[in-house]
Amino acid sequence: MNIDKRLVRKDSLEKLFDILKQNSKKIYAPSEKNGKITFRDAENFKGISTGYIQTTQSSKDITFPRAEKILDYSKSKEGMSVKGIDLKEIPEIILWGVRPCDANGIGELSSIFNWDYKDEIYNNRLSKVTVFGFSCNKSDEYCFCTSVGGNPGNTLGSDILFTRMGDDGDYLAEILTEKGNVIVSIAPQLFEKSENSEKEKYLAEVPVRFNHEEIKNKLDKFFESKEWIEQSLRCLGCGACAYVCPTCACFDIQDEAHGKKGSRVRCWDSCGFSHFTIHTSGHNPRDAQSQRWRQRIMHKFSYMPERLSVYGCTGCGRCSRACPVDMNILENLISIQEVTI
Amino acid sequence: MVDLIKRAKELIESSSVKVVIGYEQGTGNKTRALFVENSEDADKLIFDSRCIQNLAAYITKKEIKEKGKMAVAATLPVMRSIIQLASEFQVTDANILVLGITPESKLIEFGNLAEVEKFVHQYEIEIDVRNKEMLDKLEKMTQPERWQFWIDELAPCFKCYACRAACPMCYCSRCTVDFNQPQWIPVPSTELGNLEWHIMRAIHLTGRCIDCDACYNACPLSIPINLLTKRMLLDAKEHFGGYQPALKGEHLMSTYKPDDKENFIQ
Amino acid sequence: MAEFEPKIVAFVCNWCTYAGADLTGTSRIKYASNVRIIRFPCTGRIDYMLLLKAFDEGADGIIVSGCHPNDCHYTSGNFHARRRWIMFRSLCNFTGIDTNRIKFSWVSAAEGAKWADIVNATVKSIRELGPYTEYKKVAKYPEKEVNHG
Repeated sequence: MNIDKRLVRKDSLEKLFDILKQNSKKIYAPSEKNGKITFRDAENFKGISTGYIQTTQSSKDITFPRAEKILDYSKSKEGMSVKGIDLKEIPEIILWGVRPCDANGIGELSSIFNWDYKDEIYNNRLSKVTVFGFSCNKSDEYCFCTSVGGNPGNTLGSDILFTRMGDDGDYLAEILTEKGNVIVSIAPQLFEKSENSEKEKYLAEVPVRFNHEEIKNKLDKFFESKEWIEQSLRCLGCGACAYVCPTCACFDIQDEAHGKKGSRVRCWDSCGFSHFTIHTSGHNPRDAQSQRWRQRIMHKFSYMPERLSVYGCTGCGRCSRACPVDMNILENLISIQEVTI
Repeated sequence: MVDLIKRAKELIESSSVKVVIGYEQGTGNKTRALFVENSEDADKLIFDSRCIQNLAAYITKKEIKEKGKMAVAATLPVMRSIIQLASEFQVTDANILVLGITPESKLIEFGNLAEVEKFVHQYEIEIDVRNKEMLDKLEKMTQPERWQFWIDELAPCFKCYACRAACPMCYCSRCTVDFNQPQWIPVPSTELGNLEWHIMRAIHLTGRCIDCDACYNACPLSIPINLLTKRMLLDAKEHFGGYQPALKGEHLMSTYKPDDKENFIQ
Repeated sequence: MAEFEPKIVAFVCNWCTYAGADLTGTSRIKYASNVRIIRFPCTGRIDYMLLLKAFDEGADGIIVSGCHPNDCHYTSGNFHARRRWIMFRSLCNFTGIDTNRIKFSWVSAAEGAKWADIVNATVKSIRELGPYTEYKKVAKYPEKEVNHG
């Protein structure tokens, strides 16, 4: 298939932003607070962070919010009344500045939410999101997208992928989907005919660090390994890794009750928490942190490929950057690859 | 730290302790906790200014406790935490040996916790200048401004509870936020849920927090939540003459004086 | 427009203030009806989380009241409570919670008139402050928008 490639001048990006805003589009873009970059409702172009290798939080918050109401309920003499959320109220959103690994993560997350039950709310949110991917021209020691089948210029998951040609250069825009075409049709003058359509030389170099097929095969026989205990000794059991991850999908359903009425809310949860698997009886099948750490790795590199034919990791490296005790997933995967069973 | 490596090896080889907890070089420019269980691993021990994680958080961790007696490479905040934990009956001389690292980066070994306490008491808990300025700035704000400040600052919080996990004093096997009958704190990371969680955290640490900033350092979003406990520290000083972790004696919030002064009760 | 009627929640101890409030009633002293009294065994049992819960559920003001110092039925519950209130009130103030909306008092079983005065004064001052919209706003679960931080 021939991808429609266009040239977007470096000054045109701001114009594009303004035109989209004038067309009352809601744009979520990375912005900085306390030195950390997160996707937020962008008021103006100047507030958008640039030059980051990776945002601290992934963009999954937009399609799978940290806390999301799924219904309201109220009890009365007449009985119980339940009101679901109005899917029509979900706004159209442009996700601006998504790295290719995150865009790839959208597909992995979607496969979880469509595994068996098709999650209506998630799918609805996703259908209203247009993804502006931005290729990576630099990486750091935590990046490993190429080891899990991605690359710094991966088009998967983006509706338009922008690649900056040189440090202060113009952008190559690859229009990848119908949603991308809609954007082009709003400001066709900004998407010029492209002469130069080679992007590879502008992309960051991310060396392949491990073979994910090999890891998957090894994990099948690795369940009882002592390696899990050694790796997880310093893990404190917080949820930072899961909450910054673009593909972690664990959630908890909570009723926020106020007397006879309340809201049912879906909230993020993490398999790293000690109480995640605790039973009502008090028994906890994953009683030790090593079992919880194993679950995290197994889920991403064994269970998901087996059941959903996708990996649960895009190699963004966020979990390693965010971890307060330097649990580095790349380092741990490499050591799993190296250990002989 | 040659001294530390040497001593760690001796302790492991003589089976005086089962595990030595210290720091090693991590990935990137990070340092991280190291659990030395055989003498070869001791060579990985390091100590420098990047080693700020409060290792006392591991003392109450089930997986570490199970190993047996431990030695901890302890900076001043870690030593304070150990004393506080001892005063709360979480650790005793029988299960810990403290390899102190003085503020001058000298190794100092203590025979027992009483000696650690004596050492720790030479130093007042003091809030650093940058945070002091921040506290003053907040103090000068009006009430609605402060409210907005915290609503904005806490907005990014997604309740990963890294602050709780990294804190040596948050060792409860079941935290108040994990209770749902009754539900004290709203679970969702909404403005209210975040605010009440952080208020609760600060109150539960009042009189116990030793100002190590582990919560702030652990926060993946760098939310200045340590300001809350710092404020409590100042209040403890202002109203009750401050506190130092101590092996014996009453805890600030579980005791009282008949002549405690206040100016707001009618 | 009708005058704003604040919702006040009073957390009181069983032995002094609750008995005091009872005396207010048996003495036929009239006082503002805006207050909902919740009885506790002792002020030492009044967890600060209850105060936040009251605001969550829409209270505009709170009264916390118990035995005078040295009069506690359990000897020292109120002394413990006092220490806690000192710290909690300061933390509230620091986080921007309006401490003018939380009234602390000592009301003995004999002070029926004082209880009426406390309630009336609190209702008056909360009425002047108006509804606690700041807290109500965050306590209401967002209708349409989800939280993205």
